[in-house]
Amino acid sequence: MLAWFLANFSAIVFYCLAAVAVAGAVGVIAFRSPVHAALSLLGSFLAVAGVFILLHAEFLAAVQILVYAGGVMVLFLFVIMLVNVRTLTGEGQYVRRLVPAAVVLGIVLAVLIGVGVVAGGQGAVADPAALTAVAGVPLGNTEAVGWSLYRDYLLPFEVVSVVLLVAMIGAIVLGRKELGAKEGA
Amino acid sequence: MIATSHYVILSLVLFALGIVGLTVRRNFITVLMCIELILNAANINFIAYSRQLGDLTGQVFAVFVITIAAAEAAIGLGIIVALVRLKHNVNLDQVNVMEG
Repeated sequence: MLAWFLANFSAIVFYCLAAVAVAGAVGVIAFRSPVHAALSLLGSFLAVAGVFILLHAEFLAAVQILVYAGGVMVLFLFVIMLVNVRTLTGEGQYVRRLVPAAVVLGIVLAVLIGVGVVAGGQGAVADPAALTAVAGVPLGNTEAVGWSLYRDYLLPFEVVSVVLLVAMIGAIVLGRKELGAKEGA
Repeated sequence: MIATSHYVILSLVLFALGIVGLTVRRNFITVLMCIELILNAANINFIAYSRQLGDLTGQVFAVFVITIAAAEAAIGLGIIVALVRLKHNVNLDQVNVMEG
């Protein structure tokens, strides 16, 4: 029993994390209150961070927790707090035609899973040492990602920083008080 | 060692749940959360194939996806704040200013 548990430990951890991630995603759709949905999404994000660790992506697991759980979720909760709760939980939260939506979803999901099984089952999994090697020298996942990011993908990195700048300016412009005052005047 | 197809299926389930949320919910904040779910599912795929192929490019692109997701959340929530100031509502069916 113990030997079986140890032999299949990573699989057991994966299925537990996957169950938490999917349950969190279901909660996002099912909960009426946006605060509950946000906390459910937080649970899903944390489980996905665990999945990243199983995939030898330790740096991205840390980024996932810092950016999503630390940044984006706090932003969501702040906005929910700013907005009057009664405007969020009124009538008409769900579209009524649920049955056709569920049928379409089932078909799409079945097709996608078929494709995923076929595509994901091909070839052997590579040696995970490749994910921590910098120019052939084994260091760590963070060093390896940084090496790839700053050497091979420097231009996309700079472009993304411009995107972030534009998003920041856009959020500030959208959040100005004058936007509402002009409409009222 | 878990096969890559398991990770791909987890990613697909999360993606499908995100799509369902997009179509079924009318609350703007919940719709934004569903977009985050979809981007997260894309990240799982990127990283699963990064492991399968032993290539770090997938992880680098996951960093970019996380960046875009953060920018999208900031803009979306800014729109929500502006919307609440204007219409006192976040129900997507009642936001029809641009319908003409």
